[in-house]
Amino acid sequence: MTKVTIDPITRLEGHGRIEIFLNDAGDVDRAYFVVPELRGFEKFAVGRRAEDMPQITSRICGVCPTAHHMASTKALDDLFHVEPPPAALKLREMFYNIFMLEDHALHFYFLGGPDFIVGPKAPKAARNILGVIGKVGVEVAGQVIAMRKELRELMAYLGGKPVHPVFGLPGGVAKGMQKEDQERFIKAAEQGLDFALFTLKAFHDLVLGNREYVDLILSDAYKHRTYYLGLVDGNNRVNFYDGMLRVVGPEGKEFERFSVQQYVDHLAEHVEPWTYVKFMFLRNVGWRGFNDGEESGVYSVAPLARLNVADGMATPKAQEAYEEYLSTLGKPVHQTLANHWARVIEMVYAAERFLELASDPEITSTEIRRIPTATPTMGIGVVEAPRGTLIHHYESDERGLLTRANLIVATQGNAARIAMSVDKAAKALVHGTSVDDGLLNMVEMAFRAYDPCHACATHALPGQMPLIISLRDADGNVLRELIRGD
Amino acid sequence: MDNADYEPTIVAFTCTWCTYLAADLAGTSRMSYPANIRIIRAMCSGRIDPQFVLDAFRWGADGVLIGGCHPGDCHYQEGNYKALRRFKLLKKLVAELGIEDERLRLEWISASEADKFCAVINDMVEKVRALGPRLPAESRPKPEPVLEPAPSTSAPPEEAIHV
Amino acid sequence: MSKPKVGLYWCASCGGCEEAVVDLAEKILDVVAAVDIVFWPVALDFKKEDVEALADGELTAIFINGSIRLSEQEEMVHLLSRKAQYVIAFGSCAQLGGIPGLANLADRESIFEYVYRDAPSVVSTDGVFPQTRLAVPEGELKLPQFWDRVRALDEVIDVDYYLPGCPPTPKLIANALTALLEGKLPEKGAVLASSRALCYECDLNPTKPEKPSLKDIKRVWEIIPEPDKCLLAQGIICLGPVTRGGCEALCVKANMPCTGCFGPLDRVQDFGAKGLSAISSLFASNDEAELEALADKIPDVAGLFYKYSLPASLMFKGRGNTSER
Repeated sequence: MTKVTIDPITRLEGHGRIEIFLNDAGDVDRAYFVVPELRGFEKFAVGRRAEDMPQITSRICGVCPTAHHMASTKALDDLFHVEPPPAALKLREMFYNIFMLEDHALHFYFLGGPDFIVGPKAPKAARNILGVIGKVGVEVAGQVIAMRKELRELMAYLGGKPVHPVFGLPGGVAKGMQKEDQERFIKAAEQGLDFALFTLKAFHDLVLGNREYVDLILSDAYKHRTYYLGLVDGNNRVNFYDGMLRVVGPEGKEFERFSVQQYVDHLAEHVEPWTYVKFMFLRNVGWRGFNDGEESGVYSVAPLARLNVADGMATPKAQEAYEEYLSTLGKPVHQTLANHWARVIEMVYAAERFLELASDPEITSTEIRRIPTATPTMGIGVVEAPRGTLIHHYESDERGLLTRANLIVATQGNAARIAMSVDKAAKALVHGTSVDDGLLNMVEMAFRAYDPCHACATHALPGQMPLIISLRDADGNVLRELIRGD
Repeated sequence: MDNADYEPTIVAFTCTWCTYLAADLAGTSRMSYPANIRIIRAMCSGRIDPQFVLDAFRWGADGVLIGGCHPGDCHYQEGNYKALRRFKLLKKLVAELGIEDERLRLEWISASEADKFCAVINDMVEKVRALGPRLPAESRPKPEPVLEPAPSTSAPPEEAIHV
Repeated sequence: MSKPKVGLYWCASCGGCEEAVVDLAEKILDVVAAVDIVFWPVALDFKKEDVEALADGELTAIFINGSIRLSEQEEMVHLLSRKAQYVIAFGSCAQLGGIPGLANLADRESIFEYVYRDAPSVVSTDGVFPQTRLAVPEGELKLPQFWDRVRALDEVIDVDYYLPGCPPTPKLIANALTALLEGKLPEKGAVLASSRALCYECDLNPTKPEKPSLKDIKRVWEIIPEPDKCLLAQGIICLGPVTRGGCEALCVKANMPCTGCFGPLDRVQDFGAKGLSAISSLFASNDEAELEALADKIPDVAGLFYKYSLPASLMFKGRGNTSER
């Protein structure tokens, strides 16, 4: 029995190891996707002032801090029973779409994209943003960098800094948009839309135009039939900021629809002893192991899932792209690598929504705060983070100090499917004892499509439990004992 | 660990003009008070930086006492009020860190109140004895300081150092 | 002549420090022209085996962010430290322990039980908890040991310089890189930012009274602050007076108070105690009851003053990675 280890996994947010166990024939017995990180946010949130939570929870992830910040801020609105003024809600949603556009672009160009732009088996030193720059040229690279810089500066304008903004308060936002700056936001949104469409075209040319990649996307090695979860607005269109939670099954039919206030009745967490991340599953189906199909409670989140769950996109160019996507792949789309395509379509929507909100005359209003007056009790907030549905649930005492916190974090919704994808890809790709770096990268591509965030997924803090494991043979004799703990 | 066996160590930060003189007077008057106390004299109770208090706990003090002049009598006018203001938040902090209430105490003891000084020390030693040691014996730090002072910059403070 | 080699690594980190490097924007092209980045898991595919293959001291510098929470992080920083000439603690977590350092207030056992059993959404199967060593049908799997306490980087390895901030600003990162490449680093142990308090850089400084006086304390959601006026003067607790400058007061520009992420000024050992001292000194009363009422307006003293720095505080630094029982 040999073991091949990929350590660490790269081009994602977070830590991880893939352990591939090979049998004597050189085939894969099983590949484990081990997530060896955690920090304990739900616990040290207890005793903190509620208003500190948007800034504390943003430290769950520095790549998607705005997602946590926003879910937290919405939870605070609920906790303090206060409704922000309309301009504040528009500012929040606009800020949020700027962030979605930027983060998705980061993934495409820096994290997952290089596998396609440079090639999955390109030399290790080239499979990254530097290789992308080499491929697309310095001028295009300059434009990508400039676009990201402008988006980040606009986030800093409103939130103080792009990493760990200070924007959100219960009842509103700390800073508004000055009228004389609205033009800059609108211009950036227009450029952002061009940029998103450019990226979509790049995807078409570099990926869909490449037969080998298309085969890879359609291949069975990177496919799972699971449930899907995402937020939809009143018309069942994708919305990142708010809406109802909708679950569709592997056949594409709506399975459940609920407000985030009822999340505990629908979403549950499963624990495995070999990893620190907890796996989300549908409570009303049940945990049936790492399996596909209607009978298994495994579900998926993020772009692939959102586009499966929705009936359409709320903005015209995104809708156009969506229709083309579905006409190629059908619906629901089960191909994991199609996440990359769905992500770029979401970039188009984010840019269009950004433009809609930036152009709204009400967004420059100075009425951006409402002072809470009610006693805080309990609050739940939800957003669609770039990497999936994100829920913050807080309970507090009458002074607004947290007594309990529960966080359902995006990548947890993909954790089971990621484990399955890595296992399946490894089994399909790895044969025999000669395994090279390029092949192992293709196993990594199985998780990279989900754009995982492990700092997010493992916000939790378990500690240690004393345990003795005894392995016995058929006669009951102890073959081996593993002892751990005090 | 048997509480009766251990001798608590109380670090007492005393101001020069009042509490320290009270301790002195207790001595010259041949009043007795427990030897568990380690007196550290500062000019004023307002000089007591909360860092000193935490440092004392860190190095194994089972209790910390701050002694100053009565309100209105401070040799430096307002120093003891500063001590009082700081003490309010410091008390909350040590509670949040899991340190019992009786381990940190602020008392106004004037130069002539040798008897009060002895009473306070006696009372505190017994209360802290009942609580047991703050750190179990095996986790008390060794005498050599582990920390090095933070590096001082060579440029004068008016010049911001931008690397 | 080959370019100097650098690496970037993350311990118990959120990835925000990595983002700050990416926020160098077009300057990143200058950086990659000047150095070879040979290890940076967020962006490049080099693996642990590539680090192990380096000669000792082959890296000019290793930038390490995140705090030490797990045994794997401890092992990695020891490895990286051997391979590098300079170790730079990057960001609040590496310098001071960071926000996840607040976990040092909690009891590990109760945490464990909450997260893997008692949280409302957990469906527990026979009390299963993650294991550091586990036999599975195919072989053995390992998870790193989870220590009781978070520690900052310099408790585990020797640190040459500190880049403060949560995260450090791109400007400070660029300055540090320039100093490194031009051989113009200050004396060892220096914090690579301003040596003065944040107030000096803040646009609102002219409106800060000579002696600020807190008659009432307002939590940020209780008040809409007047623009262009010092927040502390309005009763909002801002840690600008005790926090190292260098960030150009980004949070205050967005109408929110400084929360202290750049850490203490030189010669201050314990940021939280200093902050507590400075702020409470400003309470505008000498009356016991009034002071009590003011103190009650700060319900979470540790969370406010030690938000980023609890592991580096006097109560925790050098005390090891296990709780006293």
